[in-house]
Amino acid sequence: MSLEVLWRYAPALIGGFGVTVMCWSLGAAIGLAVGLALTLLNRLDFAPLRWLIRACVETIRGTPFLMQLFLLYAGGPFIGLKLSATAAGIIGLGAYSSAYFSEIFRAGFASVPQGQTEAAVSVGMPPVHIFWRITLPTALVATVPAIVNMLVILSKETVVLSIITVPELMYQMQTMAAETFTAFDAIFAMAIFYWLLVEAVSRVGRRLETRLTAYMSAEASRA
Amino acid sequence: MSAMMIQIRGVSKSFGSLQVLREVDLAVERSQVVCLIGPSGSGKSTLLRCVNFLESYDRGDIFIEGKLIGYRDGPAGRRPMPSGELRGMRREIGMVFQHFNLWPHMSALQNVAEPLSRVRGLSTREADERAHAMLKRVGLADKAASYPGRLSGGQQQRVAIARALAMQPRLMLFDEPTSALDPELVGEVLEVMRGLAAEGMTMLIVTHEMGFAAHVADRIAFIDAGRIIDEGPPRQVFHESAEPRVRQFLQTYHDRNSF
Repeated sequence: MSLEVLWRYAPALIGGFGVTVMCWSLGAAIGLAVGLALTLLNRLDFAPLRWLIRACVETIRGTPFLMQLFLLYAGGPFIGLKLSATAAGIIGLGAYSSAYFSEIFRAGFASVPQGQTEAAVSVGMPPVHIFWRITLPTALVATVPAIVNMLVILSKETVVLSIITVPELMYQMQTMAAETFTAFDAIFAMAIFYWLLVEAVSRVGRRLETRLTAYMSAEASRA
Repeated sequence: MSAMMIQIRGVSKSFGSLQVLREVDLAVERSQVVCLIGPSGSGKSTLLRCVNFLESYDRGDIFIEGKLIGYRDGPAGRRPMPSGELRGMRREIGMVFQHFNLWPHMSALQNVAEPLSRVRGLSTREADERAHAMLKRVGLADKAASYPGRLSGGQQQRVAIARALAMQPRLMLFDEPTSALDPELVGEVLEVMRGLAAEGMTMLIVTHEMGFAAHVADRIAFIDAGRIIDEGPPRQVFHESAEPRVRQFLQTYHDRNSF
């Protein structure tokens, strides 16, 4: 283990980690937004739209992320879609995760008991209010553990971006390993960085979960 | 304008090939308490749910204070009622469910106040005040801040009653309100319902609590296989029914509940 090499490459590694975190968070934000949008569109009773969404989700879930990313970055220009490596990486992560997030949201909505909606209908609450005040909050709370899990998985999928030369952590690691023949040190350092990220995500997730499910065990502030 | 609060005429309904209601006629006068009893799967809950159109009916009419619910009859035949108009009618009909159906992410107070602010258009303060008063009325003033998950079944059902009452409905529907409760918690819910009946609230109640029905109901309707096969004052239905099915049902109930 060469501390000297790690020290020398620290700026590049930290910079790479920054790029990783940026790609991951922006990709996840896109994925969550698009995923929720897909789920909501799916709830509209319009069959052609449902089939289209189904086909997109199944295609994304049925093919490797590496392939999707490569198609987007290398194949994009053929249809006039010229993206920088980083932009392609972020959009790729967003598209890839949106399929999984939309499945998570779908399950979340399915888990809301029919009775809660019926109670709202029985007092004459309009559908928009029922959705925003009753269905959505209950569905989102139910999905938090699955979403955090997906975010953790996604944080590690970012390594694939190195293939299309996004200067993220994996890319910097490989550069360091190639230039200094310190494969073990590189992988060790990478493990530390990813562990940090995953640990942070999990902690925030757990805290969020505790907060959002507080109603099962605590008293309300408004009384 | 009819004197009848609820007028059900020739209502039929099928779920696919299964006919659950067959030509049902039933009338509930203002301030009357009518209990629907009968075996499981006989159609009592479906009938109750048709009254506020949570369930649509295929044939017949259901009038609430003389106004047809769920449909509009015109020269071109029967059309679904516009959703806004239907919501307006539902606001006047309180409903209490077997499984309470409180909103788990809202405190007891918020459960009661939510429809007041979202549907009745009260300010948050007015809604909270009325919600507090309603919770007090069902004996739960001290549980306003508790979430449903922290309340017993009996308390949850009382919050659900408060939620329905806060809307100041013209009539109340109860769908087996005590069937999901521990025997020891049934009493507190029936107590609240008894109080409502005494105040003159019009109530249509699906129940298996025969003792309660006998004491509180003005009339009992016995439903079997989607038909009302006997109807009248409690004494008549419980003790003098000519219908073998009613006598058999009550005998079984009596045998199971005596020891």
